[in-house]
Amino acid sequence: MIIDALDIVTAICLALGCFLGISGGVGIYRLPDFYTRMHATSVTDSACAFLILFGLMLQSGFSLVTVKLGFILLFMVLSSPTAAHALAKTAVQFGIEPLLGREDKR
Amino acid sequence: MNWVGHYNYWVVIFLMMSGFYVVISRGNMIKKLLGLNIFSTSVFLLYISMGKIHGGTAPILTDNPNQVYSNPLPHVLILTAIVVGVATTAVGLALVVRIQERYGTIEEDEIRAKDDSL
Amino acid sequence: MEVFIDIALLTLLCITAMAVVHIRKLFCAIMLLGIFSLLSASMFVNMDAVDVAFTEAAVGTGISTILLLLGMSLTNTREKRPHYQPLFSLVVVSITGAVLVYGTMDLPAYGDPNASIHHHVAQRYIKQSPLEVGPPNMVTSVLASYRGYDTLGETAVILTAGMALVALLGMRRRKVLPMSSSSGCGDYHDMKDHLVLRIMAKIFIPLILLFALYVQFHGDYGPGGGFQAGVIFASGIILYALIFGLEAAMKVVGYPVLRVLAACGLLLYGGVGVACMALGGNFLDYNALAHDPLHGQHLGIFLIELGVGVTVFAIMVIMFYAFASRRGHTA
Repeated sequence: MIIDALDIVTAICLALGCFLGISGGVGIYRLPDFYTRMHATSVTDSACAFLILFGLMLQSGFSLVTVKLGFILLFMVLSSPTAAHALAKTAVQFGIEPLLGREDKR
Repeated sequence: MNWVGHYNYWVVIFLMMSGFYVVISRGNMIKKLLGLNIFSTSVFLLYISMGKIHGGTAPILTDNPNQVYSNPLPHVLILTAIVVGVATTAVGLALVVRIQERYGTIEEDEIRAKDDSL
Repeated sequence: MEVFIDIALLTLLCITAMAVVHIRKLFCAIMLLGIFSLLSASMFVNMDAVDVAFTEAAVGTGISTILLLLGMSLTNTREKRPHYQPLFSLVVVSITGAVLVYGTMDLPAYGDPNASIHHHVAQRYIKQSPLEVGPPNMVTSVLASYRGYDTLGETAVILTAGMALVALLGMRRRKVLPMSSSSGCGDYHDMKDHLVLRIMAKIFIPLILLFALYVQFHGDYGPGGGFQAGVIFASGIILYALIFGLEAAMKVVGYPVLRVLAACGLLLYGGVGVACMALGGNFLDYNALAHDPLHGQHLGIFLIELGVGVTVFAIMVIMFYAFASRRGHTA
């Protein structure tokens, strides 16, 4: 029974993660300017990756694989906000202003 | 069906040809290098596809004695080829940089025009 | 299930390749090429080639993108519209493609276990290598032991490419001019403002280097080995150079040190071969290195993987330095 519950939770996590990933992709394509697009990618970076990795960790049980997935998760948690921050800061320094129109900067 | 088993090769050949198209149709030398990179990556894909066995796993020894492993030989050849590939790309890029410094352009026809005018 | 993943990845690969063909902004094209590399790395995992996927992800997405961007920043950022019609090249490409597709008709189907490629030497590698050579990762045993000559040659090619690059671009000592001291990506003085980036880099770089060492010394048991480890170690140094400036990085690992390291790696590889001969075996026959053949193999593989890793690391960093130090010196 406990295995079934784990499987269901995994399935929900993976499905939700995939949905967020696709929504991030749609966001990059459809949103009008640089900053809103960055907002879309940050959803993919944080929530989507977290959900998918968490789902996989539930499946792998207590093993070396879980530890490795945990390290990947830690790496994502540290690196994606840093990358987003650097991108946004550089954009501000370059004088890109929010909501000015359809600039193809990403 | 005979042809279903080959779609993988066909798509890889399509990728290869798109890289080839960039190399022969574009005048910009960096774009040509990008095309070469696409070409080489598709050749790697072709090699690795040949080594795959249905139901096999990565060629790392497992406890199961009846485990089917994919062929490790293409993996070895391609692993080294990737690193050699980036080294040769870098040499090509260095040549492009030198051409830019000498001619002030990296477009093929402009370079040819400058050569003719000398 | 594997077929679905296969088809999805192949579709994405085709879309990315078409985008690279189409886009005239070189910056976008190079980033798309990075995505192409990552997708093909996923494809390699799907086809059980984990070592290759690892290398492709590290090289194609990391080093190759950085080098291409640096090269682009030294030249033009935009491709000009070609004057002639691309129809002729399209015809040539279609004919070549058609001939190649015709050629695949004779190939065995994808994933066919009865294909002739799986029946000759591959069986020996799979069955005998854990007994003859030792490491559970067959790719490592084939790479380092059975086909040690190939790998020696390829390491030599990498070293030669590095030397050719330095011969072409030259390695210049930097004169500190406030305006021209730019690192690889953007101005160094811009990077000083990025406090978050600098602090995170200080956290990340040790982890990257540690991971590279893990990949180097764990390559016998899992995916990894000298090539991947060298590239990852180099990317740690390159990250340092990007964020703290080229000069700071050159103080940490200077060009003279790298030059010596690159040669020493290959020398170590060749030296192991000569040592085998001196101990009574053939060239690169590690059985002679110790009393027990398996121990000898283990020692030999360890040493030559180390040699490969050192050479690859040094050459990758030299390549980055050569391009980056060119920036700011020429108009």
